[in-house]
Amino acid sequence: MMIPHRPLLAAPILVGTLLAGVASASAETKITFYFPVAVGGPVTKIVDGLVAGFEKDHPDVKVEAVYSGSYQDTTAKILTAVKGGNAPNVAVALSTDMFTFVDEDAILPFDEAAGPDAKAWFDGFYPGFMANSRTGGKTWGIPFQRSTVVMYWNKDVFRQVGLDPEKAPATWAEMRDFAAKTTERDAAGNVTRWGIEIPSSGFPYWLFQGLSTENGAILANEEGTEVAFDDPKVVEALQYWVDLSTKDKVHPTGIVEWGTTPKDFLEGKTAMMWQTTGNLTNVRTNAKFAFGVAMLPAEKRRGTPTGGGNFYLFKGSSPEQQKAVVAFVRWMTTPERAAEWSIATGYVATSPAAWATDRMKAYVADFPAAAIARDQLEHAVAELSTHDNQRVTKALNDGLQAALTGTKTPAQAMKDAQTEADRLLKSWR
Amino acid sequence: MRALSRSDMPGTGRSVGPFRFPRLRTVEAWLLLLPSVVLFATFTHVPFVRTFIDAFWSTPKGRRPSQFVGFDNWTDLVHDPIFWKALVNNAFYALGTIPVSVGLALLMALWVNGRIPGRGLLRMAYFTPTVLPMIAVADIWLFFYTPDYGLFDQIRELFGLAATNRLGDPSSALIAVMVVAVWKEAGFFMIFYLAALQQIPPDLRDAAAIEGASRFGFFRRVTWPLLMPVTLFVLVNAVINAFRTVDHIFMMTGGGPDNATNLLLFRLYELGFKFWDQGQASALTVVLIAVLSGLALLQFLLAGRGVHYR
Repeated sequence: MMIPHRPLLAAPILVGTLLAGVASASAETKITFYFPVAVGGPVTKIVDGLVAGFEKDHPDVKVEAVYSGSYQDTTAKILTAVKGGNAPNVAVALSTDMFTFVDEDAILPFDEAAGPDAKAWFDGFYPGFMANSRTGGKTWGIPFQRSTVVMYWNKDVFRQVGLDPEKAPATWAEMRDFAAKTTERDAAGNVTRWGIEIPSSGFPYWLFQGLSTENGAILANEEGTEVAFDDPKVVEALQYWVDLSTKDKVHPTGIVEWGTTPKDFLEGKTAMMWQTTGNLTNVRTNAKFAFGVAMLPAEKRRGTPTGGGNFYLFKGSSPEQQKAVVAFVRWMTTPERAAEWSIATGYVATSPAAWATDRMKAYVADFPAAAIARDQLEHAVAELSTHDNQRVTKALNDGLQAALTGTKTPAQAMKDAQTEADRLLKSWR
Repeated sequence: MRALSRSDMPGTGRSVGPFRFPRLRTVEAWLLLLPSVVLFATFTHVPFVRTFIDAFWSTPKGRRPSQFVGFDNWTDLVHDPIFWKALVNNAFYALGTIPVSVGLALLMALWVNGRIPGRGLLRMAYFTPTVLPMIAVADIWLFFYTPDYGLFDQIRELFGLAATNRLGDPSSALIAVMVVAVWKEAGFFMIFYLAALQQIPPDLRDAAAIEGASRFGFFRRVTWPLLMPVTLFVLVNAVINAFRTVDHIFMMTGGGPDNATNLLLFRLYELGFKFWDQGQASALTVVLIAVLSGLALLQFLLAGRGVHYR
């Protein structure tokens, strides 16, 4: 069998394996790098460009960048490779998969590998992003492509119904009132425009975490062994979401599809929506009306979860490879690179230093909405992450969907989710 | 099969003693079978046996090696409400999609078998869904179902009716994905029926016409019995597909809302590759294989009696 020249064209794991096999034979250090693509745009091209830039600066290191599909695919590929004894050296994967990798004994903390100034390096990132990168006193992930939830609103619609187009709702009560004002019905009583849409397909827990945080609840402890799904504050937050559609009738009933929400917003079918900052560029390019981006409204406080992917360092890397990985990750997260990456993709630049660069300043001056996600970071909490993460999260997702579709009351749904999560987490306590 | 003909093979003719003849033939037959036996064993039988064994062991984690747990994975499965939900969903899915898609396939085949204008085009149109990848089909239907500006809702709007959210409502989501399956499958089965219909000798029809048989009588007494072997084949395939095709679930609902569209294979994927619970995934695999083998066996035993091969 021939080794294809372009690894992107072939089965990534196989190629990664072959390349890792020959790595030790040459003088230079070779590292394998898996990366997922989760937003639109020519992301693989951008990553290839970054890797080429790194190799130019570090001629003794060769990076094999392997596109590994979605976040889900990437974690599946990594774990399969780990089980086969051919783990990559470095990868970008969901920050919430930290416990999964730790439990599989697949990753190394960056603390030792990064050398004496590790602490200074870690402290350079926003604490909001580091929250999902640490457990047990170790730092397992370095923030790279990170996001938060923000609210988009249609200024033209606000003006039409007599609201101040420059003022987004700042509290839950305001959001409900503004949504009621902007909801539009035809003569027959059918809704032609909703006031607000909060997506609930696929991963409703992420958007819900905005609501629960705002109501003063924290969903999981830092050790990832306890969840608080049946906390009355959580139930209240869910009740607010359910009421928006069933009582206030300003939000569609049933499940609102994540993928079509931006389209609904662009088509004027909803006046406000909750979405990732990652859709900023999409909305900016396609909106035919004036729109605004705001922090999520507050109840007891402001709040949003963070989201997105971190760099991980994998076991099985030789000391030279570990050094090369650290050099690579440091290079990729320097302020200039972080700014470049943020502007190209819409992800939030991960360090205050990145926002202080001239490029980023110029970008924000031209497009102030980009800074909202940064300013919201001081209110951000860690994205829900526990041991047996996907399964515990599914318990919450199922409960949320059951309440939103009216199969269960919010209290019952959260009680059931808590029971299931407790059963799953029992063995980790 | 030339090598197996007696006269060709040295030492296997009548003149040779009765002992060597069967043994040599057996060896040769086994040699001929060897490649497929090796492939089947490597990719089907060995993995199945392995899976069966894994179903009695805990899931290995980096920090917790696998250990023998007896029937724990099985009791966990029995106590998992989502497993039962997926099983019931899948039964409903199979009972709903199989008769409809097979019936529709037969109707379409009879329709395009007749002499009608634009027959070629019609046949192609019916077959098109089969050619499309399921992911593309799911994407198209996702647009059809989109509330407000999806195709169905645009039509609905003309009559001044309210928007619908079929995929977002647990009471309609499963039926919505079943419709997609029928749309995709019926054309495929139609091709088999069409081929079988063209095999029926025209003199049978002439004879029936002379006897004064009605069109329905001819169908019931002649066409339908002659189509039985194809029907059995189509049914077996339809049953397998009802448990095997879940691509559209990934695209359209992700098993939601609240597991309303979770099917056994989708659940298996979740257990195996989302939760990395090898033990329970193995147990569910064994259940799935048992269900499918049981159904196939049942079909051959029951339906097989009514099938006359010519």
